This record gives sequence, structure tokens and C-alpha cells, in this order.
Amino acid sequence: MTVALATSLGDDALILGQRLAEWCGHAPTLEVDLALANIGLDLLGQAQFFLGAAGAAEGQGRDADTLAYRRREDEFRNCLLVEQPNGDFARTIARQFLFSTWQALLFPDLAQSAAPAIAAIAQKAAKEVAYHARFAAEWVVRLGDGTSESHRRMADGLAWCWRFTDELFMDDTAKFRPEWDSHINATLTQAGLATPKPVRGITGGRHGRHTEHLGHILSALQYLQRVYPDATW
Amino acid sequence: MALLAHIPDPEIPVISLTDLGIIREIRDGPPPILVITPTYTGCPASIAINASIRMALDGAGLADVQIKTELSPPWTTDWISESGRQALLAYGIAPPEPRAARLARQDEAPATCPQCGSHATAEISRFGSTPCKALWRCLDCAEPFDRFKCI
Repeated sequence: MTVALATSLGDDALILGQRLAEWCGHAPTLEVDLALANIGLDLLGQAQFFLGAAGAAEGQGRDADTLAYRRREDEFRNCLLVEQPNGDFARTIARQFLFSTWQALLFPDLAQSAAPAIAAIAQKAAKEVAYHARFAAEWVVRLGDGTSESHRRMADGLAWCWRFTDELFMDDTAKFRPEWDSHINATLTQAGLATPKPVRGITGGRHGRHTEHLGHILSALQYLQRVYPDATW
Repeated sequence: MALLAHIPDPEIPVISLTDLGIIREIRDGPPPILVITPTYTGCPASIAINASIRMALDGAGLADVQIKTELSPPWTTDWISESGRQALLAYGIAPPEPRAARLARQDEAPATCPQCGSHATAEISRFGSTPCKALWRCLDCAEPFDRFKCI
């Protein structure tokens, strides 16, 4: 239970952190560059703690690095949303908005209810995630309520990401859906954006069935440890 | 503790680790354990902090003391000492406002400009040069400055 939950939370954070790192040096403005890198760094920190907890609970002697660098694609348990390519800036913001809003609801709950090792991380990360959700929501409003071009891109980004949101609310997390919907809709209304039309959700990440993108991410993320096992510097 | 009060934060060297409030407690041994807590989960300075504590302990003949990281209860900027806040301000970083005041309000209160003391300030970006700081600017003297984020 602890292993499965900590692994999925850790993998979510690791993969999205890696995606955000791709923006480093490429974001539209310096402030946004710093923000995306900072959020990625927070997520990497979460990943380190969650995967560390997963390895400790598993008891096979695997630490966070081993889990991050030495697992195959089908052993990752992140949701499909976080592994999706960055696309344009609006799609990156859409992905962050949908995901961080979910984390911001999930973590305070886990802080109360989860196993102590997970609860401590969730309680800590909840403060950071609140900042992420707010940053993303502000950009959704800015782009949605901006020019016709930024509006169109924001709507496209949301529509593209929407198919991966059902996966966030499977099993134990289904209870967060109504509150998540109301948070998302409040921001979209403020942004002058329509809620994306319902689409058939794509799932599978939590069971190790990923989109083609994860393998490409891992080829970059794991390259060094695969080619030079146990390399240190 | 006195030993740790001389170890500077690697990113903001005017403030010590005890002023920053990340030294949680010292548990009697054996082996004695020094419990620390990170500011942000992904703060890259955590590694440098651990290394500098280790060096200081070893240098003082306390090689048997183990360093342990604990997350709960999570670090809050309220744990930054009053002398730490003064040091930050003198260094050009606006200290964080108290958490209770921050939570009572939707938006952050204007910071005090560390350069000219003006309260007419505005946020440029919520994410600044390190995870713990936001980027602000003074509307009077026009200087940009870092502000410690309240968490």
C-alpha cells in the first residue's frame, strides 16, 4: 500500500519535474524561466522523498536514485498527464494547472490520512504545491483573457490535456473530483474559457501502461546511470 | 548549538543555520543525533548544508554525531529568528511576514524595500533566484529586490 502510493506520487513528481526542466533557458521570459525551473526543483525534491519512502517500505535495499534510474518504463506508475510533451507554453501551463490543482487537494488530505512516511512528505509539499497551483491558475487567466491568439492557445492546451484528467480520479482519489471541478471551473470562468468538452479518458499509467513519450523521457533521464552504472562525481 | 550558529547558509551567507530555523533538535545518544529539516523539498542547498554541518562536527571532534533529516512538522518561515530577519533585511532581502498574517489575507502584504524603506512595492515574480525567495521591486526607488516567501 505504502510502496504503491509512494511510487506513484514519486513518479508523478519525477517525470513532471523532468519535463519542466526542459523549459530551462527556453521559457518566454526570464521570470517564467525561473518559475518553471523552481517548480521543477520542488517536484524533484518531492520525488526524492516519495521514492525514498517507497524504497524503504519495499525493503529491498533500493533507494530513490535506484528507483529513478534503474527501473524500466513499464515499472513507472506516474499518471499519463505528467509525461505529455511540453507543447507550447499554454499547453505546459494547462498541464501544470490541472495537475497542481489536483496535488493541492490531494496532499492536505494525505497529510491527515496516509501512512506516517507519506503524510510527512505530503504535509511538507502541500505548502509548495499551493504556490504551483496559484502560479498556473494566474497564467491560465492571463492567457485566456489575453489576446485572441493566447486565448486560442490556452483553449487548445486545455482541450489537449483534458483526456488525461480522468486518470487522476481513479479509486481512492475519486472523492476529489467535485472539488477539483469547482476549482478548475472557477479559474476558467475568470479566464473567459469554456470547460473542455467531455472526452473518453485515457488511462493506464498507474498500471505501467504508458504513452510513447515516457520512454523518450527515460532515455534522457537514465542515460548516464545506464551507460556508466554507479557513476559518481 | 553554538557550533551551528557559526555555520552560514550556503545561499544566503549572512544568516546562520540556527537563525534559519532548520536545526530541529539534538537527541542524546548513543549515537547522538542532530535532527535537521529542509526549507524546501527540492532545495539544492540541502546537500551543501549537510556537508558543512558534517565538516563542522568533525572539526570539533564530534564525528560520532549523526545527521538526520525529518520533515514533520514542516519548516515554516516563522522559525527564522528575529536576528536572522534583521540580517536578511540588512543584506537586501525583505524578510517574510508572519504566517498568521499571511494566511489571514488573500494576497501578500507589500514588502518593505530593503534599500529605501518604502512600503510602495510590488511583486514581479513569485519565483526568484532560489526556491525560498520571490522577486519584488520598489515603486519609489525602482530597485528590484528579493523577498523571502512566507510558507
